[in-house]
Amino acid sequence: MTQATGGTADCAVRVRGLRKRYGGKAAVDGIDLQVRRGEVFALLGPNGAGKTTTVEILEGYRSRDGGEVSVLGTDPARGGRAWRSRIGIVSQSESAPSELTVREMITHFSTYYPKARDPEEIIAAVGLQDQAASRLRRLSGGQRRRVDVALGLVGSPELLFLDEPTTGFDPQARRAFWDLVAGLAGDGMTIVLTTHYLDEAEALADRVAVLAAGRIAAIGTPGDLGGRATAAATVSWQAPDGPHAVLTQTPTCYVTELAASFGGEIPGLAVTRPSLEDRYLELITQNGALT
Amino acid sequence: MTTLVRLTPARAEAVTLPSVLRIGALRGMLEIKLFFRQRESVVFTFALPVILLVLFGQIFHGKIGHTGVDFRQYFIAGIIASGLMSTTFVNLGVGIAADRTDGTLRRLAGTPMSATAYFVGKAILALVVSALEVAILLAVGVALLGLQLPATPGRWITFGWVFALGAVTCSLLGIAVSCVAHSARSAPAVLNLPYLVLSFISGVYFVFSSLPKGLQQIAALFPLKWLCQGLRSVFLPDRLLAVEPAHSWELGRVALVLGVWLVASLVVCVRMFRWQRLGEQ
Repeated sequence: MTQATGGTADCAVRVRGLRKRYGGKAAVDGIDLQVRRGEVFALLGPNGAGKTTTVEILEGYRSRDGGEVSVLGTDPARGGRAWRSRIGIVSQSESAPSELTVREMITHFSTYYPKARDPEEIIAAVGLQDQAASRLRRLSGGQRRRVDVALGLVGSPELLFLDEPTTGFDPQARRAFWDLVAGLAGDGMTIVLTTHYLDEAEALADRVAVLAAGRIAAIGTPGDLGGRATAAATVSWQAPDGPHAVLTQTPTCYVTELAASFGGEIPGLAVTRPSLEDRYLELITQNGALT
Repeated sequence: MTTLVRLTPARAEAVTLPSVLRIGALRGMLEIKLFFRQRESVVFTFALPVILLVLFGQIFHGKIGHTGVDFRQYFIAGIIASGLMSTTFVNLGVGIAADRTDGTLRRLAGTPMSATAYFVGKAILALVVSALEVAILLAVGVALLGLQLPATPGRWITFGWVFALGAVTCSLLGIAVSCVAHSARSAPAVLNLPYLVLSFISGVYFVFSSLPKGLQQIAALFPLKWLCQGLRSVFLPDRLLAVEPAHSWELGRVALVLGVWLVASLVVCVRMFRWQRLGEQ
């Protein structure tokens, strides 16, 4: 458990050549990635792409078949209690219905950690003040999910894993959750997020890795994923004879020329780059994840 | 989630982990709270042996052989032993299988809580529930069935170690069996079947020496027979030795058989318990 120095000291997660097989099939087939401290990093990909397997290896729940993994400077396969006290985990599966109340559950979990936060503060942060005295069994699925998030946060982790955290949330709850995550990130927490939702990755992540068939198909900022920022743009406008659209590498020049030909405003002008969803679907199709 | 409070940044000083025993004690309190909130299990655990005790007290009368010992007092010792096995072996085995199936174990594995603290909590639960069970059964026995509490300190000491050894052995055995039962759904069957069979052949409901020799020999391989015998030595007069198979309470052998089961169960627990986390057994 040596503290990394120099160029890697600002790395919360470092993965090189990670491999995991189930039976004869490779679930994770050589993944390299780095997550910097303070970064919100999203793993995006279809079901079966290897997101959860990768995250569970990072969390110390699963063994790996090959590759090097370092999480907060420690190999998760050998992470002890001190290491666990520095990470928070919100797993994909929702917590079990229990006869404990929200407050009892969160207060109890706070006793496991050396630097626990005030349970009341956590309850307020996930918006469960009104349910604090309710038993978990009586909560809705979305409310129980917020308890999961609270339990992941109560130890004030340096690194938080969120595995598909907003599945089953209504749009309002999802927005509120995004605000919470943005606040945590603003306070310097490193967050590794897996999600199906492109808008979620776009709203929260500093960088996104797209996983397809156990490999990283692309990695970058949401705005630049797979060369999105420099990809050909579509310029569309309304001409007297109907709508026009042109695909061009130089949209600025094209629009300037178009403006000159119109002698001013171009009716219905729009310049669009491929959306994150376009690039995502392209990437996973290219990589054979959709069959 | 309308009122979002921003979390204040965590403090960054050096840390010491909370002690395992303290967390174990807190887990014990939590387990007890959970147990008493599950009303069905409370009723089943405490009411069933009391009902059996009262029912058998109505059905069976008379003395055992020429010993002059009331049969109702004979089976009080047995029902206390079998109650102890139910609060430890059955309850712990079913409870741990449920924790595994509903994700509780997995969630705990993701925290810095140690496995030891988890088992300390379960042990506290088993001990508290068992002590309560025994107290209730003794009270009912004394009040309704003419049971006489032991008069000599020696017998109380025997009671103490037989209870403790029996509770620990049956608890570990329950945990060991829960490693074999894969789901919460199969656990009650996997645990209750041996429990019920042993109850019938170990001298709980029938005078042990009246059972067929073959069944006696099978029962003698398992802990419940010895637990019953140890408790009979506490609550019944030595006149009864005339109908004990060995004409002796065989307390040394009680300790030996329970001890062997304790060690064997512990080995199975340590080797088989799947904690679902790496870097730790």
